Amino acid sequence: MAGPRLRVRGKHGDWKHWLQRVEPLGVDAGSTLLIAALVLFLLLGVPSFLHAQTDCLACHADKTLQDASGKSVGVDADNFHASIHGVLNCTDCHTTIKEYPHPEQVEAVKCVTCHADQASAIGGSVHAKASEHPCTSCHGDAHTIYPKSDPKSAVYPLNIPKTCGTCHASAELAKKYGLQNVYATYMDSIHGYAVSKEGLLVAANCRSCHGSHGILSHKDPKSTTARANIPDTCGTCHGGVKDQYFAGVHGKALMAGNTKVPVCTDCHTAHGILQPTESSFRMQSTPICGSCHTEQLATYRDTFHSQLGLLGGYVETARCWDCHGAHGVLPASDPASPVNKANLIQTCSRCHKDANLSFVQYQPHANPRNRRLNPALYYIRTFMNLLLWGTLSFFSLHTLLWFIRAKKERSEHGHSGEANHE
Amino acid sequence: MNDETMPAPAAQPETAPPAEKFYVRFTLEQRYLHAVLFSSFLGLAATGLPMRFSENALARTFASAVGGFGAILFMHKFCAVVLTLAFLYHLKDLASRVFLRKEKGIFWGPTSMVANWKDVQDLVGHLRWFVGLGPKPKFDRYAYWEKFDYWAVFWGMIVIGFSGYAMWFAPFFARFLPGWALNAVLVVHGEEALLAILFIFSIHFVNTHLRPGSFPMDMVIFTGKETEEEFKKKRTLEYERLKAQGKLEAKVGDKPVYWWVNFAKVVGTIAILIGLVLLVLTLIAYFGGG
Repeated sequence: MAGPRLRVRGKHGDWKHWLQRVEPLGVDAGSTLLIAALVLFLLLGVPSFLHAQTDCLACHADKTLQDASGKSVGVDADNFHASIHGVLNCTDCHTTIKEYPHPEQVEAVKCVTCHADQASAIGGSVHAKASEHPCTSCHGDAHTIYPKSDPKSAVYPLNIPKTCGTCHASAELAKKYGLQNVYATYMDSIHGYAVSKEGLLVAANCRSCHGSHGILSHKDPKSTTARANIPDTCGTCHGGVKDQYFAGVHGKALMAGNTKVPVCTDCHTAHGILQPTESSFRMQSTPICGSCHTEQLATYRDTFHSQLGLLGGYVETARCWDCHGAHGVLPASDPASPVNKANLIQTCSRCHKDANLSFVQYQPHANPRNRRLNPALYYIRTFMNLLLWGTLSFFSLHTLLWFIRAKKERSEHGHSGEANHE
Repeated sequence: MNDETMPAPAAQPETAPPAEKFYVRFTLEQRYLHAVLFSSFLGLAATGLPMRFSENALARTFASAVGGFGAILFMHKFCAVVLTLAFLYHLKDLASRVFLRKEKGIFWGPTSMVANWKDVQDLVGHLRWFVGLGPKPKFDRYAYWEKFDYWAVFWGMIVIGFSGYAMWFAPFFARFLPGWALNAVLVVHGEEALLAILFIFSIHFVNTHLRPGSFPMDMVIFTGKETEEEFKKKRTLEYERLKAQGKLEAKVGDKPVYWWVNFAKVVGTIAILIGLVLLVLTLIAYFGGG
C-alpha cells in the first residue's frame, strides 16, 4: 500500500528514487531490518500458514477420520475455508496440538479466548452450563460457523427459530425445565409466519426478544422479558405502539412500578401472537381486560355487544378496545379518550353510521341491578321481573290445581270427564 | 292428498261412531295464523335464547353449530318479520271485521275476546272448583285463560316487537327516543320474551294441550273443528246459546280429513316437544346463572 502511494507522489517512477527520497527522512538500519522482516514474513509466513492447515488437512480432510474414542475428527476443508474462521490456523483454536503424533490428552477448544464478551454474557445466563449449552449448540459445527448475516449461519435471523427449536421444540425438555413448549405456538403466530413464510429479516425471532448470549429468565428483573421490561422489548420494533402505551394509564402505572397492569403480552400473548383483527384474537381478549375490570365485564356481558360477540361467527361487535382504545387507554375524563363525552359520536359512528347525540347516550355498561347508577333501568327491570314472576306464579298454581282436579275428575268418572276428539 | 293410499284398517275405527257431528270453531285463516305464530315463535325463541344466555356453554355450542351469531341474528330477524306480518294481518282482519263488515260482538258480548265481569266470576269459580269448593263454571266461546293467552300475545307482540325493532334500527329510533331507552329496550325485550317463552311453553301448553281432557293436544286449532261432545263439554254456554237461537246447525262442519289430522298431530307434537326442550334449557340457563 505504502509503495504505490509514494510512487505516485514521486517525480520518478522507479525504486532508486524511492530510496533516495526515504533516506533523508531518517530511515535507519533498524527500520530497514523491520521492513526486511516483513518482506521475509510475507515470503515465508503465508505459505507456512497455509502449509499449517494443509498439514492438518492432509489427514483431517478425510471426513471419516475418527479418534481413539470413535469421535469424528474429519473436517470439510471447503466448508471450513468458506466459514468465518477459515482464515485461522488450526492451532489457533486447537492450542494443545502442535505436532504429530498428537498428545494423548487434548484440551477442548475454548471459544472464550477470542470471544470473551459473549462468554461472560452466557456465563450469567440461563444457558450458563457449558456442558449442556456449548457454543456449537447454537452456532452449529465448529468448522462451519458463518457470520450471522450469512443465510448459511445457524443464527441468521430466519434460521434462529429452528436453531432454538432444536431444544425448545421438545416437550420433554420443556417439562424438565418447567418451560412452556412454545416452538409450535411461535411458528403459528404472526411473527413465526413472517419469519418462516415471508422471510422477513426484521420480524421478531427468538433472539429479538430474549437476546442471544445473555438470556435471562423472565423472573429476573433485568431480563428483557421481565414484565416491567416487556413494553420496551416489544417497543424496539413497535415504537409507535410503545409511545401510545406509555402515554396511557396502563403504561404510566407500569412506569410508576405497578407490574400488575397489562403489558403487551397479557393481551397479545408472548409467542402465539395473532393479527388483532383475526376473529380468534377478538374472541380471546375481552376476558383479559375483564380479569381486572370485573364489574365492567359483568355489565358488558349484559349488553347486546357482548351477547352478539360471544356466539361466534360475528366478531365485529364492540370489544373493550374498540371503544376505549387498545394501547393508550385514557380515562374517560381525558379529552383525548375515545370515550370522552365529546368524542362519543365519532367513536360510536365507527360502527353505527347514523349515531347521533341521543344514540350515544346509550350506556354500554349499564347495570339494571344498580338502582343508584341506573334508576330508570332498575325500575323497568324490577317491573318486568314482577310481571314475569307474578304471572308465572299465579298461572303455575292455577294450572297445577287444575291439572290435579282434572286428573281426579277423570279417574272418578272414567272417560266422561273432559273429552277430546280423536 | 293421498286419502286413497291410507291403509284401510286404520281408517276403520274412525268411522265407527256413526252419528258424530263436528262443529267449526276456527276458520282456516285463524288456523293458519296460529301455525305461522307458533312456527315463528319457536324460531324466535330458539334463536333469541342463545343471545339472552350467551354466556351459557350450550347456547354458544348451538350458535356456532348453526353458523354463529350472524346466522342466529338473521334467523331471529327473519322470524320477527314473519311474525310481525302475521300480527299486522290479524290487525287488518280485525279492522275489516269491525269497520267493513260491521261484525258485532268483537268488543263486547259472549263471543268477544275482551275480558268482562263474567271472566272474573269464572276465574274465581274455576279456582273454587279446583279445590272442591264449588261446581265447575260453564264457559262461553272464549274462556278467561284463552282470553289471557290472546292478550298476553297481543301485549307481547307490541312490547317485544317495538323493543326489538328499536334495537334493530337503534340509530333511527334514537332520533326520538332518549339514550337510556336504548338500554331499556334490551332489558324489556329480554324479560318480556322470557315471560312469553316460559308462559307459552308451560302454562299455555298445559292449559290448552297437555291437561287431562286435552292430552296430548287439543286438535281444534289444527282441524278447526271439534265434536259435539267436546263443544258441549268445553263451551257449554256457547253451545246452549246457539242451540236456543237455532244457529247450531250453521256451525256444523265436515269431519276432519284423516291425513290432515295425522299431519297436524306430527307437526303439533314436534312443536310441543321443541317448546318443552326450550323450556327446560331456559330454566337450566336461568337458574344455572347463565
